[in-house]
Amino acid sequence: MHISTSIWVWIAAALTLCIYSFLYKDNPFYKFAEHLLVGVSAGYLLVIEFTNNIIPNLFTPLKTGFTTLFTEGRATGDLAAIIPGLLGVLILTRLLPKVGWMSRWALGFYFGAWQGLIITGSMQASILAQIYGTFIQGNHPVFSIALFGDMVNKFGWGTLIGAISGPLMILGVIATLTYFFFSTEHKGLVGGTAKIGIVFLMVGFGASFGYTVMARVSLLIGRINFLLSDWLGIVH
Amino acid sequence: MKFLQGFLKMDRRIIFALVIVAIVVPMVYPMHLKVHSSPPVENLYREIENLKPGTPVVISFDYDPSTDAELTPMAYALIRHCFKRHLPVIAMTLDPGGAGIALNVLTRTAKEYHARPGVDYAFLGYKTGVEAVILALGRNFNLAYPADYYNVPLDKIPLMKRTRNYADVGILITLSAANYPDVWVPYARERFGVKLAAGVTAVMAPEYYPYLETGQFCGLIGGLKGAAEYEELVGEPGTGSRGMDAQAVVHALMVVMIILGNVAYFIVEQKKKRDYASQ
Repeated sequence: MHISTSIWVWIAAALTLCIYSFLYKDNPFYKFAEHLLVGVSAGYLLVIEFTNNIIPNLFTPLKTGFTTLFTEGRATGDLAAIIPGLLGVLILTRLLPKVGWMSRWALGFYFGAWQGLIITGSMQASILAQIYGTFIQGNHPVFSIALFGDMVNKFGWGTLIGAISGPLMILGVIATLTYFFFSTEHKGLVGGTAKIGIVFLMVGFGASFGYTVMARVSLLIGRINFLLSDWLGIVH
Repeated sequence: MKFLQGFLKMDRRIIFALVIVAIVVPMVYPMHLKVHSSPPVENLYREIENLKPGTPVVISFDYDPSTDAELTPMAYALIRHCFKRHLPVIAMTLDPGGAGIALNVLTRTAKEYHARPGVDYAFLGYKTGVEAVILALGRNFNLAYPADYYNVPLDKIPLMKRTRNYADVGILITLSAANYPDVWVPYARERFGVKLAAGVTAVMAPEYYPYLETGQFCGLIGGLKGAAEYEELVGEPGTGSRGMDAQAVVHALMVVMIILGNVAYFIVEQKKKRDYASQ
């Protein structure tokens, strides 16, 4: 056992144990660690964004632009940084109720630009490519009579899954989308298809929940690994 | 019957203690359970294996310390694989919390393989503006990153002099705990055609399988299990592999508790109904 002599490892270990003390019951140690986390995270993010965003993208170009303007008497493109700087200040007016309406100009500009960027990309990547991928994968159709022929000729788990997985996926996609189609009442054929969609949704949620459980256990394993190896040196 | 009723009313802190024991014991006394790799991880491994030595690989550390336990093991495995194959690594991050993690992983692994900064690896650091950065990188790395993390201009770095944009990159891997892969796909993969893969937390893995099926991702590593699979393929067991013993024991404990809980519930309910009917 080689206990760490680094003060930062000891602080991290102490804070980890403070957070986990909540599992017994709420207590001041947990509250202290939680508030410290929130404060340090906010402070760290503020400094990172200020040094990586505000200074290089706003202060430095404005300083260069104004220096050139006052010393050489000519305006450079650096002064264009005034416009996003102004838009940023307008967003901050949201904190002042009397002039908060001005923030809508900046927000409108931001949302408009963002929507313009995201719509074309999302349409291509998330909708058209996915529709194509539902029916064609690796240049082969997912629903293929030839695969059923293979299943009949050489029956086995591999050929069975190969034959039915494609049609099952198409059925799942159509049934799930039908469940979320509310422009017609879920009766008759539409209602039956929607019920099949619910089954696929539940299978999907179950798989997602299983992965979530695994993820949470993984995070706990990571912390225990830190305590046992970096702090106490029991595990190498 | 008393046992089953007691089981249903058990204090949850006993379950917490059992989970902690189930993790600590396999870590102190490893069982060395075999880890079997899955096709999405094998696909990514194969893509990197097939790259010509000297082809740059970009790894974007788009996560912060809250998901370090799941994503850093796969970062180590990927960078070790790249260095073993003599593939230079360009690290960057779109998440403000990712710079410290990326620097730590890159420098530690570089020391193991005697990799030279500026030649075998480069660290560009954090840049804000996600979509704008991804689009700018497609035209020229200099547009998004005029200088690297250490403020060295990119045209003074030998590796970056020959890596101008996505066309010079063999594969781009985003390690993410948020929806960054959803932005990489339309703007890097669809717009510029760069080969793209992702390493994500286990929570997010199911929602990115559709990108794998359509070929938009050439590989996908999901969670600590995925990291363990990749370590197994590379032949460098690390934190991921060590965590699998504990993961297996905890999952087994959960299955036992769920089965016992359901059995206890149904038996106790049946008895209550019988007692009610007999009154």
